[in-house]
Amino acid sequence: MTAAAAATSPHAWLQAQARWNRTEIAFWLATLLPFWLFPDYLVLASQIAITALFALSLDLILGYAGIVSLGHAAFFGLGAYTAGLAAKYGWGEPLTGLMLGALAAGIVGYAASFIIARFRHLALIMITLGMGLLLAELANSLHWLTGGTDGLQGVKMWPIFNKFRFDLYGTTAYSYSLIVLFLCFLVARRIINSPFGLSLRGIRENPLRMPALGASSRAHLRKIYTISAVMAGIAGALLAQTTETVSLEVLGFQRSADVLVILILGGAGRLYGGLVGAIIFMVARDQFSGNTPQFWYFWIGALLIAVVMFLPNGILGGLAKLSSAWRSRA
Amino acid sequence: MSAALATRGLDKRFGSLVVARGIEFSLPLGARYALIGPNGAGKTTLINLMTGMLRPDAGEILLGDEPIAALPPERRVARGLVRTFQINTLFPHLTPLEAVTLAVCEREGVARTWWRRVSAYSGVVDEAHAILSSLMLGADCYRPTRELPYGRQRLLEIALALATRPKVLLLDEPAAGVPRDESAELFAAIANLSRDITVLFIEHDMNFVFRFASRIIVMVGGRILLEGTPEEVSADPRVREVYLGKSHRTGVHHG
Repeated sequence: MTAAAAATSPHAWLQAQARWNRTEIAFWLATLLPFWLFPDYLVLASQIAITALFALSLDLILGYAGIVSLGHAAFFGLGAYTAGLAAKYGWGEPLTGLMLGALAAGIVGYAASFIIARFRHLALIMITLGMGLLLAELANSLHWLTGGTDGLQGVKMWPIFNKFRFDLYGTTAYSYSLIVLFLCFLVARRIINSPFGLSLRGIRENPLRMPALGASSRAHLRKIYTISAVMAGIAGALLAQTTETVSLEVLGFQRSADVLVILILGGAGRLYGGLVGAIIFMVARDQFSGNTPQFWYFWIGALLIAVVMFLPNGILGGLAKLSSAWRSRA
Repeated sequence: MSAALATRGLDKRFGSLVVARGIEFSLPLGARYALIGPNGAGKTTLINLMTGMLRPDAGEILLGDEPIAALPPERRVARGLVRTFQINTLFPHLTPLEAVTLAVCEREGVARTWWRRVSAYSGVVDEAHAILSSLMLGADCYRPTRELPYGRQRLLEIALALATRPKVLLLDEPAAGVPRDESAELFAAIANLSRDITVLFIEHDMNFVFRFASRIIVMVGGRILLEGTPEEVSADPRVREVYLGKSHRTGVHHG
């Protein structure tokens, strides 16, 4: 930031804002390490990548447009059930299944966005919470379609490109999830560096000023909410495909709450917050929850309170502060 | 005669409190009008009514020949009716360059584009930077807005409005809160505004009002008390009574 500010041309400054830096490149290279360092944990790694994608989708609306949601699992679940059902009823091709999941979530997200864009703050939390509960109960009651509490059984995936079979070790699952995560990340990154992304940040920073600049905030909000729903749907579809099952839990309130916690822990509004949060949350859960699964939320609760109190911009926000303090000393 | 902006019989009340009653005035193209009156006279309310942040109970607003009272705020801005805010209404974590670029993108209709980088629109960026430079914000445009001194933030208020290419600009106390010795920069910026822009400004600094306004509208209690040249207004005993006497003495306005 400080080095960029010294640049004289506004073009150079804006370009510098959007440029890939070394930390980012290192981060993505590090995502390849599990193949060699933790080959026994690739299933977990693939779940982390999926959760990270889900958190990224929430970051687009919460971190960039200021839309608080406590029901984002609705879209995750829609994507999961759509892809799962497609595979169960004879279409196990993964990539088109992914697109179907994205489409289903996108259509419902677009419809919901007309309500979402009209509200803010507490009303928004209640509306998104309500939508999440609504959809979860709907899936529960449609037992004949979803399998209800028994979960959706008989999901059979075809190999990717007719070549890469989903294996027990999760090699294919992690490769697949990671590639999809990376592609979605590229899209998200492009969005936030675009004029549209700039307007979203404007809405987050000051919704009152936007109409005074001639901006139609609601149109922007509808659009990003739909994009976010699509991404959440893709994440859900990935989970259904890589685990070859769908349980009601994909739509559950717990999942909506978890992803919010993950994003707040990692740091909202900085793209990598959801990714870092997902890694910490999932690895910690894997390590701590072995003996007493219930007890694990005690530590998450403590961590959440500590982060919000001492690192209001999440772990990444804290790190950014630290590194800029370090640089200004040097 | 065609006016840039005119109102006819604007009424607004909040419950039993009348905040605008029968407001009628007309701004000729390129005019410099001042709107003055004691606190609570309804000046900011009038701006809110004209820009669509409040809906009038009755009356008509004409921008050029076009009635606009039914349009939402952003559509009025697109047609050239733009305001600034008495209390800074900025984007604290955006830099001035980003904020003004945002405004130009919205005006140009490229704000919906999500697949290209902002920096790819070099014409937009150039224009944003030119606007900032013209308001002496060129050197500060890479710092987050919240870090800028207050007086600079007031200039950014005007820069954002200019980025929309206004035909009619409503300035709500542009120098509010700026210490007297630092307000010269702001007043110079307003004095330098293009003559293509019609300006109505609310201001409590009477020196500035009398220097730059060709006509003055005096509001009291939600009504227009009178409209006239600075000489007429300063000579009017009613104005002296309700407004000028007090304000001339203190010269500083709060709220």
